[in-house]
Amino acid sequence: MKKELFGIYIIWYREIKKFFRDRPRIIGSIAQPAIFLLVLGSGLASSFQIFGGGGGKEFLSFMFPGIIAMTVLFTAFFSAMSIVWDREFGFLKEVLISPVSRTSIVIGKNLGGSTVAMIQGLIILIFAPIIKIQISWMSVLKLIPVTFLVAMSISSIGIALAARLRSMQAFQVLTNFILMPMFFLSGALFPLLNAPEWMKYIAMANPLSYGVDMMRTVVIGSTALQMYPVYLDIAVTAGVVVVMSILGIALFNRED
Amino acid sequence: MEEKLIIEVKNLVKKFKNITAVNDISFTVKKNEIFGFLGPNGAGKTTTINIICTLLKLNSGSVTLCGYDVATEKNRIRNCIGLVFQDPTLDDRLTALENLNFHALLYNVPHRQIKERIDSVLEMVDLLKRKNDLVRTFSGGMKRRLEIARGLIHYPKVLFLDEPTIGLDPQTRNKIWEYIVKLKKTNDITIFLTTHYMEESEICDRIAIMDEGKIIAMDTPDTLKNMIGLDIITIISDDNKKLKDYLKEKFSIDAELTKNNEVRFEVKDSAKFIPYFIRHCHINILSINARKSTLNDVFLSLTGKEIREESANKKDAMRMHMRARARR
Ligand SMILES: Nc1ncnc2c1ncn2[C@@H]1O[C@H](COP(=O)(O)OP(=O)(O)O)[C@@H](O)[C@H]1O
Ligand SMILES: [Mg+2]
Repeated sequence: MKKELFGIYIIWYREIKKFFRDRPRIIGSIAQPAIFLLVLGSGLASSFQIFGGGGGKEFLSFMFPGIIAMTVLFTAFFSAMSIVWDREFGFLKEVLISPVSRTSIVIGKNLGGSTVAMIQGLIILIFAPIIKIQISWMSVLKLIPVTFLVAMSISSIGIALAARLRSMQAFQVLTNFILMPMFFLSGALFPLLNAPEWMKYIAMANPLSYGVDMMRTVVIGSTALQMYPVYLDIAVTAGVVVVMSILGIALFNRED
Repeated sequence: MEEKLIIEVKNLVKKFKNITAVNDISFTVKKNEIFGFLGPNGAGKTTTINIICTLLKLNSGSVTLCGYDVATEKNRIRNCIGLVFQDPTLDDRLTALENLNFHALLYNVPHRQIKERIDSVLEMVDLLKRKNDLVRTFSGGMKRRLEIARGLIHYPKVLFLDEPTIGLDPQTRNKIWEYIVKLKKTNDITIFLTTHYMEESEICDRIAIMDEGKIIAMDTPDTLKNMIGLDIITIISDDNKKLKDYLKEKFSIDAELTKNNEVRFEVKDSAKFIPYFIRHCHINILSINARKSTLNDVFLSLTGKEIREESANKKDAMRMHMRARARR
């Protein structure tokens, strides 16, 4: 048991260490959402004003949690996909040959990726004062576990996918055909409240929608833009973590 | 001294779809010996190691290590082996020290001993000074040495080295073999290695020669070399065919015509044979060459082919090189 905990710890620690050592990645993780927020957000907000929506400010505060969700989504997914990278460069073998169980390996990897994704997501909060969005300290406090849970759900999906992937090309394909649609149809960038029915159904089947919904409710601090009840958000997201982790562990346990 | 067996492999078979990579092999490895697998690329060496190390499932047969069964006691086996893979498996964005620390924690090395053990293995492979450098900045040979060091941190009972010197320059190769021999002298450890360099396998206590998934010979290097005639003679003459017939008739020697237009055969004692032969043979001899037999000759006589195509001759090597380049 103690052995497994050390295993989880060191796998987690490697992710954290590599994150803080990778300066370009940290800078990119701040710059990308900044570009989204300042350019896309302001641009869209002003075009809402032109069309007489008058909700420029509201749109930005709608989009802000969406950008946090986006950062968490991409960071957690790419972290999980580093398994494919480790497989190509051989390091994965070093882990798989060790006496640490596959279960601990998957847990350690998930916690590591989720921690990094959470940190990156929370960094976005520094933009709140700049674009004049008010977030209470209470919301920030709540946002920590919420972001972590969402990150874990995405990590677990990514890890289960990575368990069988052999090449980085396949990973590109997955990014384009799974990650992007998941992101666009999650309600992160535009409200689903008035979306066509069919899109709502797709969103309902998208596990990320619940995570985005949860994060938005917490950041805005009101249920004004809420799509689903909070308990459903938590249940679905946690359910994804459990189911996909079990799947991931099973896939890693299978040998050729 | 009693000889304990540490690895026992019986009738092992491993198939990949339609390829039979390992075809019904059986062998045992004794405690504290250096056991080597020698064979060309694709012989099935890596596949066998991967099965013993619990990374691959076998199709049939049985494998035990330290008495544990690979099918049912994976974790026990993983605890008592160290494995240096054929391809590098370091995280080159971490430092040497961080790679070793990672390993020590994965293998649950007692905390108080970690630092001391890391320093001592790094010392052994002459990398102590580079301990805080990123592995990215290491040369191929340094990485290999670091991997060997890493494989030792948890005091494995068996250390597997899959082609430990592949792709390294001769100097580095020698150095690595020195470490391995030193390792065996100073530690209570069994070493299982594979190579396709004949010269290298001569440091082994016992060798299994492998080809196309089968073990075709297994013994000490000296016994294997003595399996065939002691000296190898190659002759180039005006009429190789006639020379071959002459050898058969006069000395009852079954000579072989090589693709390099040589006549090749084995004799017990070339120093005695050659003067006698020259005096009596009436075929015009252009060149004659005698040398001690090597494991390559053993392989050649068992399989009819060179163990390493590159070593066939320079022209062949050149051709292989060009082909390799054209493929890129
Ligand atoms: N994962 C795999 N899938 C399919 N074929 C494989 C796989 N691994 C090895 N082989 C095949 O098995 C044979 C033995 O390979 P290997 O054990 O790597 O040989 P060696 O290590 O002696 O060079 C080769 O023909 C190789 O192509
Ligand atoms: Mg091999």
